[in-house]
Amino acid sequence: MGLAIAFWIQAAVAVVAALGVVFLQNVFRTALSLILCFLMVAGLYITLSADFLAAVQILIYVGAISVLIILAIMMTREVQHGNPGSRFQMPALIVALLFLEVMVLTLINTPWPVSSASPTAPTTPALANMLFGEGGYLLVVEIAAVLLLSAILGAIVIAREK
Amino acid sequence: MTIGLTHYLVLSAILFSIGLYGVLAKRNAVIILMCIELMLNAVNVTMVAFSRYVVPVMLTGQVFAIFVIVVAAAEVAVGLAIVLAVYRGLEDIDISKINLLKW
Repeated sequence: MGLAIAFWIQAAVAVVAALGVVFLQNVFRTALSLILCFLMVAGLYITLSADFLAAVQILIYVGAISVLIILAIMMTREVQHGNPGSRFQMPALIVALLFLEVMVLTLINTPWPVSSASPTAPTTPALANMLFGEGGYLLVVEIAAVLLLSAILGAIVIAREK
Repeated sequence: MTIGLTHYLVLSAILFSIGLYGVLAKRNAVIILMCIELMLNAVNVTMVAFSRYVVPVMLTGQVFAIFVIVVAAAEVAVGLAIVLAVYRGLEDIDISKINLLKW
C-alpha cells in the first residue's frame, strides 16, 4: 500500500516536472524542473528496490549532470531568450502522441512473463558480482572507463579557448 | 490496486514521449540536450522495471541501466562542450539559425 502511494506521487510529480521541462519559458526554471524529475526517478528506483541505482541517479544526474546543464545555461546567456518552440511544434506533438499511443497499447496488451520471486534486497554486492565477477561484464566496464576518458578529453578539446 | 510492471512501463513511455516532443519542438540546444536526458531516464526506468519484475534475482536490467548512465554522462559532457563551442563561434545556440552544414 505504501509502495503504491509512493509510486503514484512520484509518477505524478515526475510527469508534471517533465512537462515543465518542455513548457516552462524560463530556461533556468526548466533546468530546476529537470532536476526535480531526476529526483523523482531516483525515488522510483527505490520503489523498484534498486537502491544502488537510486544513489547513482542522485550522485550523477542530480549532482553532476544538472550542474553541467546549469553551467551551460549560464555560459550561453540563454536565460533572456526563453524557451522558444521551433516550426515543427504541431508535427512534433502529433509524432509524440502517436508514439505514446502505440507504446501504451503495446505495453498494456503484451503478456509480460512476470516472476513472483522477491527481489535481491541489497543490490550493491549482487551488482558488483555481475560487473566484476566471473562471466560478468568486466570487459564492458573497461570499455566504459575508456569511453569516459575519451569523452572528458573530447569535451576539453572542443570547449577550449583557441 | 497493486503496482505492477505495466504501471512503470506506461510511466516511462509517457516520460519518453515528453522528451521526444521536446527534442523535436524546441529551438534552444541546451533544452534539447535536457530532453535527451529525459528520454534516457525513461529508458532506464523501463530497464529497472523489467529487471525488478521479470528477472528479480539477476539484476541484468540494472547493469544495463548503469551503462546507459555512463553513456549519458559522456554524451552530455561532449554535447554541452559542442554547445559552448558553437555559442563562442556564432553567439547563438538557436538551432534554427545554426545552418552552416545545410547543402
